[in-house]
Amino acid sequence: MSTAFSAAKFSTQPFSTISHDSPLVFAKPTSQFFGSTRKLRLTSSSKFNLSRRSGTVVAVSDYVKQKTSKSTTSLLITKEEGLELYEDMVFGRAFEDMCAQMYYRGKMFGFVHLYNGQEAVSTGFIKLLKQQDSVVSTYRDHVHALSKGVPARAVMSELFGKTTGCCRGQGGSMHMFSREHNLLGGFAFIGEGIPIATGAAFTSKYKREVLKEADCDHVTLAFFGDGTCNNGQFFECLNMAALWKLPIVFVVENNLWAIGMSHSRATSDPQIYKKGPAFGMPGIHVDGMDVLKVREVAKEAIGRARRGEGPTLVECETYRFRGHSLADPDELRDPAEKDHYAARDPIRALKKYLIENSLASEAELKAIDKKIDEVVEDAVEFADESPIPARSQLLENVFADPRGFGIGPDGRYRCEDPKFTEGTARV
Amino acid sequence: MSLKFFAHFLFIFQVYISVFLLIIHLQFHFFEIAFLFYFFAGAKPMAAIFQGVGAAATLSSSPSNSFDSNNSVFSPLTSFSVRRGASFAVVRSDGILNLNPKGRRAQQLISNAVATKADSAASSSSSKPGHELLLFEALQEGLEEEMDRDPRVCVMGEDVGHYGGSYKVTKGLAEKFGDLRVLDTPIAENSFTGMGIGAAMTGLRPVVEGMNMGFLLLAFNQISNNCGMLHYTSGGQFTIPIVIRGPGGVGRQLGAEHSQRLESYFQSIPGIQMVACSTPYNAKGLMKAAIRSENPVILFEHVLLYNLKERIPDEDYICNLEEAEMVRPGEHVTILTYSRMRYHVMQAAKTLVNKGYDPEVIDIRSLKPFDLYTIGNSVKKTHRVLIVEECMRTGGIGASLTAAITENFNDYLDAPIMCLSSQDVPTPYAGTLEEVTVVQPAQIVTAVEQLCQ
Repeated sequence: MSTAFSAAKFSTQPFSTISHDSPLVFAKPTSQFFGSTRKLRLTSSSKFNLSRRSGTVVAVSDYVKQKTSKSTTSLLITKEEGLELYEDMVFGRAFEDMCAQMYYRGKMFGFVHLYNGQEAVSTGFIKLLKQQDSVVSTYRDHVHALSKGVPARAVMSELFGKTTGCCRGQGGSMHMFSREHNLLGGFAFIGEGIPIATGAAFTSKYKREVLKEADCDHVTLAFFGDGTCNNGQFFECLNMAALWKLPIVFVVENNLWAIGMSHSRATSDPQIYKKGPAFGMPGIHVDGMDVLKVREVAKEAIGRARRGEGPTLVECETYRFRGHSLADPDELRDPAEKDHYAARDPIRALKKYLIENSLASEAELKAIDKKIDEVVEDAVEFADESPIPARSQLLENVFADPRGFGIGPDGRYRCEDPKFTEGTARV
Repeated sequence: MSLKFFAHFLFIFQVYISVFLLIIHLQFHFFEIAFLFYFFAGAKPMAAIFQGVGAAATLSSSPSNSFDSNNSVFSPLTSFSVRRGASFAVVRSDGILNLNPKGRRAQQLISNAVATKADSAASSSSSKPGHELLLFEALQEGLEEEMDRDPRVCVMGEDVGHYGGSYKVTKGLAEKFGDLRVLDTPIAENSFTGMGIGAAMTGLRPVVEGMNMGFLLLAFNQISNNCGMLHYTSGGQFTIPIVIRGPGGVGRQLGAEHSQRLESYFQSIPGIQMVACSTPYNAKGLMKAAIRSENPVILFEHVLLYNLKERIPDEDYICNLEEAEMVRPGEHVTILTYSRMRYHVMQAAKTLVNKGYDPEVIDIRSLKPFDLYTIGNSVKKTHRVLIVEECMRTGGIGASLTAAITENFNDYLDAPIMCLSSQDVPTPYAGTLEEVTVVQPAQIVTAVEQLCQ
């Protein structure tokens, strides 16, 4: 089965396991920092803008240098789009930083996994979706929720465990759901969400072909990490999605680390994008620290899915600036590696791009920063003031149909017992 | 006319004596009965024998059957003559009893061995004759009717489409509804169960088939984490109206891994309902109710019960998912059972009635949650409880049921609850050993005698 994308040359060396004896492999400094050149073979069906003429997606800065003589209409994004992307990434960053603060102040507990550094992936993909498209995530889901449109107030309340949270305080950090915005979770076990995403894509296909809703072209995005790519559910779903040409995009956020397990130590072939063509779908690698590149790849992959051409596997090379969770001391990762990626901060890169291409001024961007800070502050205030769940909430959502609690000794359904509405009944 | 009648009578008398003795002494071994029919009825094709196997296990417990005096020698006779080409007889327990050579005494004592269900809603209203079918056909009928009724109902599983299902429950559905609605999946239980859950969250109503219930162990992650929990962790935003079904239980020397009972493993998962079907009537009713339910439901079928034959109503009906079924009212002891053990219990009930006991038999049907009303009323009446199940001894349904009854009805008990379950042994292949791991009617009789001392 021919692939629309072929595997690009992988010119960045992954960092080897950190040991003081073995030498670190540094990427070549010249063209690497804003991503590397990735060669893509296009299908004849893709109708694209001028930047694809050469058939490659190039580094942002290289591109800018090449195009200085051309007009600004050949830029990758418009001003509005640029500001939207910038705002979304800053939103994610500010929110996660606030989460860390709140956690250390004792407002939220348990496992909290922060997304700092990976914003380009979430923004690059999710901002291209419609509301009816679905997103499935993992435990690192706060920013996916925010990008998809779940209000910051709802997410922060959920983290605080308040009843106004998006899941009424019953889910927590790792289980963000939103029916309205089609966020299907939020899963604590890795790999668990991928079959759910496959099911959502199946529904989309079913609606189109069986229920004859001809305009149903909903796409599902499944986000997961490099560790998940060694899990059975990943491979099983790649097979099924390719087999039935489901409208799904598998997005691998390869941040090179699964808690303390380096990707190269856990995987026989660390190049995840190669696993796509093994199942008959295109596999593409993209620099996940560069939101514009991610967006270009996402457009093509989502477009493929919408047209009914089937799934795509996109591997985004990215990095998390913080530890795996707020409980992770993050001692294993080499500071040099962290610095390397910190220099490729996606927000700074986009800011630079916007300013250099006169798409936005420093003042406008600062205004956005300030606005975001206010939104996040407001979310925290709202969450603080929200009520904690009442005892009566305990049994409310166990069953969609509460008759499932059964018939009690007195002959009535147990859910009719007043202790149920109070939440004091024992089930 | 009378000579002809006498000839027929003798013939049938022969058949029924043999069958009766067989049932009592060989404890309901299907293939032996089939052999007997083969022997007495002459050479017949194998398919007919297979049908005979199923026919021999017919129960007359469906509500559309009436136990009036007309159902004596003549009804088996007429059914036999009608089916001569197909070469099996509908063996009714009351038919056997009327020809019992052990005499009238036995007949009077046993006449209630299989009773009508007085509380069944369908029995009084049904004036149509109903139709006879096998249990797997009843499941198929229920599934097909629901798929006709709601276009969002779809089936997923291994070999459910073109192959028609490994136990033929989905036979013909793929031709009728298409390959997407009756989806043949690759062998990836965890993932296609998860896919079913994802589809259920986004608006479809899938029925996921595990080719054997044991295979669903591979899907345990999805069933426990997602199926049971997602409604709760999403704060009630997503419902998962999925039905997970498949055959389980100990079959005929299928080996340890194909003879598993997963009721005990799944029963702790919060957020799911579990039901077990045992007759064609409740199989169809539970299948339909499970599909219509907004909760995730696991429907346990049994490999050996697929060929049970019964007459079921023509009209639309469902069986309540949370209710238990009164099989035989009685006074002395409550026997709680489900699935295949129901038949072992009814077997033992005949012996017990002969010996003068009056057991009340309840098919609990709903494994999670328990119908504490029906069970409680029974305990309050008889004060003695015997649980007979095929589940494992440790942590099985019987263990939970014992705890529930003790918690709620301890004051009404005159004796400790007895629980007969399968032994905690991986089911051996050898037939004799396999028999011993499962509860047999003789053990049930002994247990009741012990309980009623």
